[in-house]
Formats: sequence, structure tokens, C-alpha cells
Amino acid sequence: MADREGVPHAGRRDLIRLGAGLGLAAALPGGASAQDFTGRTIEWIIPMSVGGGSDTWARFHLPFMNRHMPGNPTIVIRNITGGGGINGTNQFAARARPDGLTILGTTASIQFPFLLGDPRVRYDYANWVPVLASPTGGVMYIRPEIGVRGPGDIARLRATTGLKFGSQGPTSLDMVPALAFDLLGIDVQVVMGMQGRGQGRLAFERGETPIDYQTSSAYISQVMPLVREGKAVPLCSWGSLNDAGELVRDSNFPDLPHFAEFLQAATGRAPSGPAWEAWKALFIAGFGAQKFVVLPKTTPANLVNAYKEAFRKTIADAEYREKRGPVIGEYNETVGEPADRAYAAATTMSPEVRQWTRDWLQRRFNHTLGRE
Amino acid sequence: MIEALLSALVQLSSPDRLAYMALGVAIGYAIGVLPALGGLAGLSLVLPFIYGLDQVAALAMLTGLVAVAATADTYSSILMGIPGSSASQATILDGFPMARRGEAARALSASFIASMIGGLVGAIILSCAVLVARPLILALGTAELFMLAVLGLSMVGVLAGRSFGKGLVACGLGLALGTIGSAPATAEYRLDFGTLYLSDGLPLPVLVLAIFALPEIVDLARGGGTISKTAELGKGWIAGLRDIARHWWLLLRTSTIGSLLGAIPGLGGSVTDWIVYGHAVQTEKNGQFGKGDVRGVIAVEASNNAREGGALVPTLFFGIPSSGSMAVFLGGMTLIGIEAGPQLVGERLDLTYAIIWSLAIANVMGTALCFVTSPLIARLTTIRFGLIAPFMVMIVCFGAFNTSRDAADLYLLLAVGVLGLFMRRFGWPRPPFVVGFVLAQPMETYLYQAVQFYGWGFVERPGVLIIAAMIAVFVFVGARQRRLADTDDESEKRGQARPQAIFALVPVVIFAAVLLDATKHSFLGAVFPAMVAGAMLVISIPIVLKLFFAKDPGSLLHDGEEGSDESQGGFWTYLFWFAGLILGSALVGFLLASIVFFLAFLRVAAKCSWTKTLVLTAIANGGLVAVANVLVLDFPSGLLQSMIDLPWPLR
Repeated sequence: MADREGVPHAGRRDLIRLGAGLGLAAALPGGASAQDFTGRTIEWIIPMSVGGGSDTWARFHLPFMNRHMPGNPTIVIRNITGGGGINGTNQFAARARPDGLTILGTTASIQFPFLLGDPRVRYDYANWVPVLASPTGGVMYIRPEIGVRGPGDIARLRATTGLKFGSQGPTSLDMVPALAFDLLGIDVQVVMGMQGRGQGRLAFERGETPIDYQTSSAYISQVMPLVREGKAVPLCSWGSLNDAGELVRDSNFPDLPHFAEFLQAATGRAPSGPAWEAWKALFIAGFGAQKFVVLPKTTPANLVNAYKEAFRKTIADAEYREKRGPVIGEYNETVGEPADRAYAAATTMSPEVRQWTRDWLQRRFNHTLGRE
Repeated sequence: MIEALLSALVQLSSPDRLAYMALGVAIGYAIGVLPALGGLAGLSLVLPFIYGLDQVAALAMLTGLVAVAATADTYSSILMGIPGSSASQATILDGFPMARRGEAARALSASFIASMIGGLVGAIILSCAVLVARPLILALGTAELFMLAVLGLSMVGVLAGRSFGKGLVACGLGLALGTIGSAPATAEYRLDFGTLYLSDGLPLPVLVLAIFALPEIVDLARGGGTISKTAELGKGWIAGLRDIARHWWLLLRTSTIGSLLGAIPGLGGSVTDWIVYGHAVQTEKNGQFGKGDVRGVIAVEASNNAREGGALVPTLFFGIPSSGSMAVFLGGMTLIGIEAGPQLVGERLDLTYAIIWSLAIANVMGTALCFVTSPLIARLTTIRFGLIAPFMVMIVCFGAFNTSRDAADLYLLLAVGVLGLFMRRFGWPRPPFVVGFVLAQPMETYLYQAVQFYGWGFVERPGVLIIAAMIAVFVFVGARQRRLADTDDESEKRGQARPQAIFALVPVVIFAAVLLDATKHSFLGAVFPAMVAGAMLVISIPIVLKLFFAKDPGSLLHDGEEGSDESQGGFWTYLFWFAGLILGSALVGFLLASIVFFLAFLRVAAKCSWTKTLVLTAIANGGLVAVANVLVLDFPSGLLQSMIDLPWPLR
């Protein structure tokens, strides 16, 4: 896949594949030079469009990867769009060889359909290994005239009628807030058809939707000015995962309670039950460990380790730390064990929780995902 | 403010920053000249190189690129009838007939000046927006956005051509096809046949290329000869300037409308184009629109440059991109460490001013560049078309395929291209089709959202009433104007009724399919397509019946083929060439198919010598491979590729 610049590639041209998708693992780069990517071109598949969040995230990493990968390979981003990310991911699953020359950047909208058993999904996270995990967060906020300042006002919030929320779709990232409303027992009408969180925020500013959330970077740049002007009141952050995989306060918003705290204060008991389990699973796949860089599982360990090492060096790079703010926020990307743990949590869902979530989608939005 | 503006200009005028701007202008120019590729492709091209650049330099480059792409994309619209980018469609309606008449030079010079002035107006509007954008944009809720979509739809009245009924049905067909894919209210997939491709909806750029460009290519190829019927450029450079001076009021109006509409997030660029074009047809007296009226060119070109200034407003101040290219612009800003939002009118105002200056300067630079290179490029219209045709076919295919990079883009291109060919032949106006298509999604989404947010009482909102009054005035004024002509040849050609009646069944079948599919969905997922399809069945069935059975179907009857000269090649000949390329691509992949297509076409259809054939084939396909390499693009693969593993670019 990746020798577009005409890099010699042992026996490639003679290799005949009988039948599509029979990806015989024959095209490994040869022997001792395997970890040296000199003169190679790596393709980084991003199943989302150019200029979007995932694309920008990947492009931000490019110069650092080029700097820290052995042999300073050229890395190109190939955007394969369609089906909200499913198309490009399906293609990666079908075609990527274990030669370390094709990697995939995943994101929430690729994790969600997999977790929920969308019939269009032809990929399985169990067949990949993560070499980088990238978290983010989000903050829920409300219009000031509702008169709610925190979990203490939950009775008032529950009594408020006519709350509306602009969502990008029943199975989008905006499932997380929709389920959060149900857990809190507040009556929010979820209005679909928002194209991007930005439109949702615009609807909030116009007063069409009195409750909204944004992912962290948009919250900081777009909503915090509104908070300062008294036009928005933050309720809670979604929180973030610590190295042990527990939900803790988001270090970007240390003064805001995380969602579990908020929920506990509002309901008076520690969150539990299938709805909570579902929320947690979706939160991890959607925010706590939103993006991963993965390779096929059958890729030789030395190649996988080369990537891990490169990302480890990236994260320690002073220039990276200085410039990551607008792209990643002040979140720590992880490599190795914490990344593996996050990967396991973000890409698995027990059959019971999955069934509960599918039933909830049916009940709440009359949305059917189709047979698995 | 003035002081800040001036200091931003000083900042920008350092040589290295100007050099980056010039680089952006050059890339924007190159990508604009190439048909079917617009600012979006250009920005995607430079994005990989932007990290680490000085912020002002990077912004100057990005802005310069966007500004000039919107000027240079006029070339292919006017000279070849291929939309230069998906958002400069309406230019071809008048620009191309002018080129065919031998007035390419006049059309180009009018369009470049209009582009420049439009771009400057856009820059002015953007600088005013620094002060007032927020309240204005927030004043437009979903209800008002829905009404703006209705305003766009009302343009069908003047775009309908000689038969209003056919115009309505064409518009309905666009609306119906626009509902394919995920339903905005429920995310149900409509008419997707279980495919990922259709679940995203039909891609607009493919549709536009198919409906406008393909029929023109087939027509030109049959005519033999050159694009310019007189095989001359015309000495129109001065005439174009005179046109601008004469129509300055139209120019100012459309620039302002273009940048204001462009500033509204969620309406989309092509809607703006059609509203502006419709406005020109409605308000200008004694129009020859559709037959090469220079005012059609001026209106659209002024507006689509002005629009870029407007489109920067939500992008910069709200972080909400209003188009594909603005999304990439926003991504580029993030990469150089600039966060869009209120701070760009606050502590980082200097950056906003740098963008405004870049926009203004780049528009002037781009116009100069276009003028200098025009005489050379306009010579295209005097070359024997047989030599150009394979290039155009290749470019149209490439532009279509670059949209979603799925082989299905090519099949859709062929299918809609055939539809467009017959629409052209049988006098079904194509602009209403595109207007319907681009409005389907905003209409459905905003109607649903407005009802959710405000209830049906939304119709009493002041903004809604104001827009409704504007629609009423426009329709009233427009009703007294001459309608848009379908083709430049308006002589009466009635032809046989039977084939026309059979073709009229196509929309009926599509409406029926949409209606049938709607029965499988929930109320919210079905109501809009069902209403469109239902209403359209009521309109389209009588047309079919009339064509089948009426003694005199009147203005419904039209066949452009009547009295055509068979010696110039039949109606089907060039369609088969094109279908052959697509079919070949399904078998051996696009690149191999394209090489074979070139060799065969040049040798057989254009009767070139072997030397010429080989040289042209090599140039064309070599260029194709080079562009694909830069864009990180694999060509559509075929059966061959699924059996044998070939190296790039044959893969």
C-alpha cells in the first residue's frame, strides 16, 4: 500500500493475490533493516474529511513522527471518508498489511458503531494494537436564566420544562449527554440534525437550546468567553480517566465537578446500574480515550515498538508540549500500558450493556441499528 | 480601528509574508484553472506544509489561495462549460454561450473585474463584521434559515425555462434525490440500498459535473469544430470592462448579497450562487439570460468572490466552517496555533486584520495574474475540439472521483450524465434541478428544527415575515421578466411526443420510489420526502399523460435533436465513448482505462497521427498521475486490481 514513491519492495510486483481481501502477509520489509524506515512512506489513514478534528489531530503529529521515527520516513495522511468514518476503517481492516507502513487513526464515531453493533461495521478492534491513545473531555453548560448553578439546584433543573438540546444524531458522540440527561432525570427534548457541535453551540447562543455541551478545546475558546459575560453557566465536566482507569476531575477544569460527582450529588447515591455502565462505556470511547493510532495485530513487535517509541518521544518533545494546546488541549496522550488499558476499556462492551444501550436507543429515539 | 488596520498592513508587508501570499495565490490560481477543482482541493494540498509557519504568513497564504481559486475557476466555467468548482455553477449558464459565440475574451475580462470587486466588497463586509457579526448571526435562527431556503426555492420561478411545469418537476427531482441518505431528524437511511456510499447522500460536485458538463461535452464533440463557433477569441477585453462600468449597480448588489449570504452558517455556497443568479434574472430588464448575457456572468462571479469574505465571518468568529474549504481553513488555523472564536475580535484582532488585507491584496493579485495569462488560456476555445474532448472527459471524471474517492462517483457521474443529456435534449431545465438538490437538506433540517424549537408559531417570527415579504416581492417582480432560456438556440423544435413521454416517466418513477421508501420510515424520517414526492407525482403524472395522449402538448414538447445533422455523429456516439471509459475503469481501473480511452479516441474519433496520439496521451495521463500523487489519491480500481496486486498508480 505504501510504496507509492517507488521504494523497492521485495517481490511485491510478483506477488499475486488470488481473490480480493486475501491479504497474505507476505510483504514484510526484509530482515534487519525492518526498524529503519529510511526512504519509506507511511500512510496514515484518517477516515474523516480534511480539516476536521481527527484530520487536524493527525496532521499535528506528522512533523513529530517524522522527527522521531527511525529513519525519518515520509508520512502522508490519506483521508478516506464515507459512512461517518466506517468506510475508511472498513478499508483499513480489509487491506492493511502487517508491514508497519499503514496505520489508522480512529475516533469516537468509529468506536461507537463498533460497540453498538452497527451492521455496516466490517472491522474488529481486537485485530489491532494501539500505539497511541489520545483523550479529550467535555463540559455541559446551561443558560443562566434557568437559574441552575450546580448539583444543589437539581430539583429546579428537574422541574424546568422546555429544555432542549441540539444533537448530531442518535448514535453520535452526543449520545453521551443525551444519556446523561436521562441519568439525571431531567426532561430534555433532543433535537437532531445539528451538523457539528458548532451548530449546536450557535443554537444555544440563540436561545433555541437552553442546554448544551462542547468538547474541551471548543469549550475553552468559544464558551468560556460566554461564561465570563454571564451568558452561560457550566454544570460539570465529563471528567477524565486517570492511569488506573478511574473517572476523576478533568485537569483542564479542576473547579468543575466531573459527571459522576455531579450525578451523585444530584441523586444522593453512588451511580450504578446498566444506564450508568452504558454511560461510562460511551464516555470512555467518546471522550476519555477518544482517538487511537492502531496497527494490525499481526505486525511484528519490533515495528510496533518503533511506533510506540516514536510517540513516547513525541510526547516528551518540548515543542509538542508547547504547541499541543489548540489541537489536543492540555490532555496527556499515552503510550504503552496506560494506552492498552484505555484501548481495552474504549473498545469493549459487555453484551448486556450493549443490549441495554440498543434498547435505550430504540426507546428514547425510536432508533434501530439493524441486525448485527 | 484604522490604526490597527494600518499596523496589520505593515505586519503583512514583510517580504517573506508577501512571498507566502504570492505562493498561495499561485497555487490557488493553478487549482482554479484546473476544472472541477476548487479552493477545497487547493487548501488540502497546502495543509501538510503549514505546520511551523509564521502565523501571519500562513494566514496570508491560505487566504490568498481561497481568494484566487474563486477568480480562476471562471476559466473552465466560461471556456469549457465545466463548473470550475462545485460552487461556481451558475457562471456557465451565460459564460459558456458567450465563449461559443466567440466572446470568450469579453466574458473573461468582465468576470475577472467582477471577481476582484466582489472580493474587495467581501473584505469590506468582513471588516464591518468585526463589529457587528455576532448579534447579526445570532438573530438568524433555524426558522429564518428555513425561510432563506424557501427564498432560494422561489428562484425556480425564473429559472424554469419555457415550460413552468417541467421546471417544477426538475426542481422536485432535485429535492427528491436530495433526500437520499441519512434523515436529519432521525438518522434513518433513506434509499441507501444498504450501501455506505448512498447513506451519505449523493455528492453535489458529482451531480453538478454530470448534469452540466457531460451534456456539453457530448454536444461539442458532435459538433466537431472548435468551442468558439467563430474560432476566434474576440477582441473583447475592453468590451468586458465597459460591461462592468455599465452594470456597476448589479455588481454592487450581487457582491453584497453574496457576502451576506456567505456569512450565514449552514446555508451552503451553491445556494448563494443560485439566489444571486435568480436575483439577476428577476431584476434585470431585457435579459437574455441563459443565452450569453454578460450580466449573468458578472452577477455570479462578483458574488462567489464576495462570498469567501462572508464565509470567513462564521469561520473566524464562531469557529463554525460554512463550507468544505472553510473547514480546511479552520483546520489550518488550528495547526498554526490559532483558535477561532471571540478572541479574533478581541486580543488577536491583528490576525483578523491580516486576513482582511490578505483577502483584498490577493484578489487584486489574482485578477492581475488572470488577465496576464488569459490570452494564452483562452486560445483553448480555438483548438479543434476533438483534441480537447478526451482531456475534458478525463478531468470531469477526476473531479467527480476526487469528491468521495469511491468508484461509485464514476457510476453516478454516468447515470446523472445520461439524465442531464436527455434533460437538455427534451427541454427540461437543469438549474432548477440543482437548486432543488442543494436546498433539500437545509429545507428539511431547518423546518424540522424550527418546529421543534418554536412550534408552528415560528411562521409569526418577525424575521420569517420579513423574508416572506421579500420572497413575495421577488416572485412578483420576477414574474414580469423573461425567463431563463434553456439553450442558446431557442428556435422551436417539437420532435416526436412518444420518446419524450417515455423520458417524462423517469421522474415519475423516482418520485414513486421515494414515496414507497418513505412508507418504511418513522413519521419524522418520512414526512419531507413523502410530501415532496406526493406533490410532484400530482404535477408530473399529468405531464406524462399530456405527452402521451394530448393532440397538442404545447410548450411541453421539445426535442433539440430535431433536424440535427446525422453526419456529425449520432446522439449516442459520444455517450458510448464516455460509458466505455467508465466501464473500462470498472474492469481494469481508471488509469489503464483512461490511457486506452485516450489512444482510441484520439486515433479513431479525432483521427490524429500516431505521434500526436501518443504525445497527447502521455501528457494527459502523466499529469493525472502527478496530481494524484500530490493529492494522495488512488485511482478507482477495477476487477483487474481485485485479482492482481499492482503497484501504485495502477493499483
